Amino acid sequence: MVNEHAVFYSRLLTEFTLTFHIIYATIGVGVPLLIMIAQWIGIQKNDEHYILLARRVARGFVITVAVGVVTGTAIGLQLSLLWPNFMQLAGNVIALPLFMETFAFFFEAIFLGIYLYTWDRFENQKKHFLLLVPVALGASASAVFITIVNAFMNAPQGFELVDGELVNIQPLVAMFNPAMPTKVGHVLVTAYMTSAFILASIAAFRLLKGSNHIYYKKSLYLFMKLGLVFSIATAMLGDFSAKYLVEYQPEKLAAAEWHFKTEKGASLLVFGLRDGEDVKYAIRIPYALSILAHYNPNSEVTGLDQFPEDEIPPLYIHFLFDLMVSIGFFMVAVSAIYIIGKLRSWRWIHSKWFRWIMVLGGPLAVIAIEAGWWMAEVGRQPWILVNYMKVAEAATSSNHVDLMLLLFCIIYLILGVGSVVVLRRMFKRNPIEREIADRKAEKGGDLS
Amino acid sequence: MSLEILGISVLWLFLFGYVMIGSIDFGAGFFNAYSVITGKKHILTNIIQRYLSPVWEITNVFLVFFFVGIVGFFPKTAFYYGTTLLVPASIALALLAIRGSYYAFESYGSRGHLGYSFMYGASGLLLPASLSVVLTISEGGFIRMHGNNPVLDYQALFTSPLTWSIVLLAIAAVLYISAVFLTWYANAAGDADATRLLRKYALIWSIPLAITVVGIMVELRKHNEAHYARMVDMWYLFAISALMFIVTVGCIWMKRNYGLALWLLVGQFALAFFGYGISHYPYLLYPHLTIYDSFTNEAMAISLVIAFVLGLLLLVPSLYLVLKLFLFDKDYVRGKGNHHA
Repeated sequence: MVNEHAVFYSRLLTEFTLTFHIIYATIGVGVPLLIMIAQWIGIQKNDEHYILLARRVARGFVITVAVGVVTGTAIGLQLSLLWPNFMQLAGNVIALPLFMETFAFFFEAIFLGIYLYTWDRFENQKKHFLLLVPVALGASASAVFITIVNAFMNAPQGFELVDGELVNIQPLVAMFNPAMPTKVGHVLVTAYMTSAFILASIAAFRLLKGSNHIYYKKSLYLFMKLGLVFSIATAMLGDFSAKYLVEYQPEKLAAAEWHFKTEKGASLLVFGLRDGEDVKYAIRIPYALSILAHYNPNSEVTGLDQFPEDEIPPLYIHFLFDLMVSIGFFMVAVSAIYIIGKLRSWRWIHSKWFRWIMVLGGPLAVIAIEAGWWMAEVGRQPWILVNYMKVAEAATSSNHVDLMLLLFCIIYLILGVGSVVVLRRMFKRNPIEREIADRKAEKGGDLS
Repeated sequence: MSLEILGISVLWLFLFGYVMIGSIDFGAGFFNAYSVITGKKHILTNIIQRYLSPVWEITNVFLVFFFVGIVGFFPKTAFYYGTTLLVPASIALALLAIRGSYYAFESYGSRGHLGYSFMYGASGLLLPASLSVVLTISEGGFIRMHGNNPVLDYQALFTSPLTWSIVLLAIAAVLYISAVFLTWYANAAGDADATRLLRKYALIWSIPLAITVVGIMVELRKHNEAHYARMVDMWYLFAISALMFIVTVGCIWMKRNYGLALWLLVGQFALAFFGYGISHYPYLLYPHLTIYDSFTNEAMAISLVIAFVLGLLLLVPSLYLVLKLFLFDKDYVRGKGNHHA
């Protein structure tokens, strides 16, 4: 017996929770690494600006972590509340990475607390730096483990289903499933990339809005550099992800590319509008899909005609795919231009319009993250556990999901608005100029 | 010891950890809000913030650990409890969201937002109430099967005296635990005013705690006789627990040995909590679910245990470091130096 009403609202509530959580989770994974890098450079160059940068970013990070923790707790419980049948089945096979994720999270939480509340207990900045290592490690490790769970849903293995019973369970085989390497890699580098572009966009914004402090220039340069490295890595891992799809989930790639008929020498569709199987206004890049799939322009790419109608994911994921990839390439270009311009002393990279583009970079990267996740998740419809369990069989039978949806929407609204207001106020009240002046007064030191 | 017993013992231990440190947190929120109303905010807020800010995230992880662990070791609990607890657990999540954001928003952003302080305080009472519903349900009689799907009978739940006695016990215990801990902490901080006030709270809340414990035994006897009988079999655990309670209250009454009082408090609740848990054996949800029929497969159980041992090797030294830095560090406890980011 399937309760359609409950299935629909469960999907919606899960989508809302994850969409909201991902923003904070991405920051939560990426920013600790960046704080660590800033602190390290500060120590190496003996430049107080970078130490201050680490400190200020960490202060803002607390707010995003708080929201990330509470929404993460929410999705953790919602998995069992909204998808009890799925958790009952999958819990037997995939509990291990979920469990390990809590340990990673625990580890991070402990050291983040220590790092934040021991600012002046260590004379030696290097000791304080060491506290950041477990924070960054824990943050990335929890992303790794939770992504493994998601990878398993896409490529379940490590068990056998015999007459509805799970037998021969191998937890490690389930963890190291074929979707895992590309998913984990892609999630990690995009988190680093997005966080770098968000921090760069803050620096660019301050430079636009009157501050001309060297602190922001150093910070912009550092984060654009890191952003470039991570966005190139993202593009490479994105390519590997496409190769994975060709092999294991061809219906996802075919739906994302509106590739209806299996053919050799398939072309890649960029943008466009669809009417049935007719695609208009699209940019067609001949052979590109075959190259993307197999490095071979004449190779055959499986089309949607190979799949039963009720196993084809919604075709709108094409737009999400395009959005994600376009933003990715755009950000590679922006950061590359900025870095080259900086090295060659082009003056126009300091112009207002280019700074505005860099300000846009942060929000754009977040949009790309959302689009990418929507594409990945909607792209495995109708399955919750690909080839084993459909979404409709997994949902709760409870009749109160719609009310809970409303409740959580209100919470996310409060958290979202609250975090933005608090962050703005925090940095407005204590701009870098004042903090440097305060520290100078405190230390009588030689800060510029 | 079988893997089932090992699994549930580990989880019960973590739940105990959450009950203790969560109680300190919930109670502190309530006392904080109460002190705002009665104009005594200046006495309490500093002490409370100093202890709670660095550890609230860790507190939360204990809870996450428990619910992830129970679904891992006992996947069928996801089916029974997941389906039926949608509403109470979602409300608990909403309340947790208020608390989690409070620490960050308040301590870094807008200090002293009145509405937020009250919501934070109110959630300190509502959270133990909404979480304790799970304990009530586990006693059986509130879940009916509709075809293959379990459905929570809200009417039976809300009209049962057992529900309300568990809720009252949870609230009284939270406020008592929190007050005793904070009395010790304030005393260690050398804050005489806060110690005086919190000592008063500890003594006041010891009375409803004692009464509700008796009440719950009466109700449980009517509701689940088998469980009651098993508890009576283990009367000595509860007797020692009661003795510890009396000595704790005595220490606080005589204003001395706050450290001893704190350890006895932990002992008292540990004995009661494990006494309750052991007597619940073998049921996770009476009478639908025992720890045996819901246990995961052996391969997963073994790998979870290995992960758990390795995880502990990482966690125990880290937790020790936190205790050393924030609980037993004299300078930090006394608020010397600016430790704030």
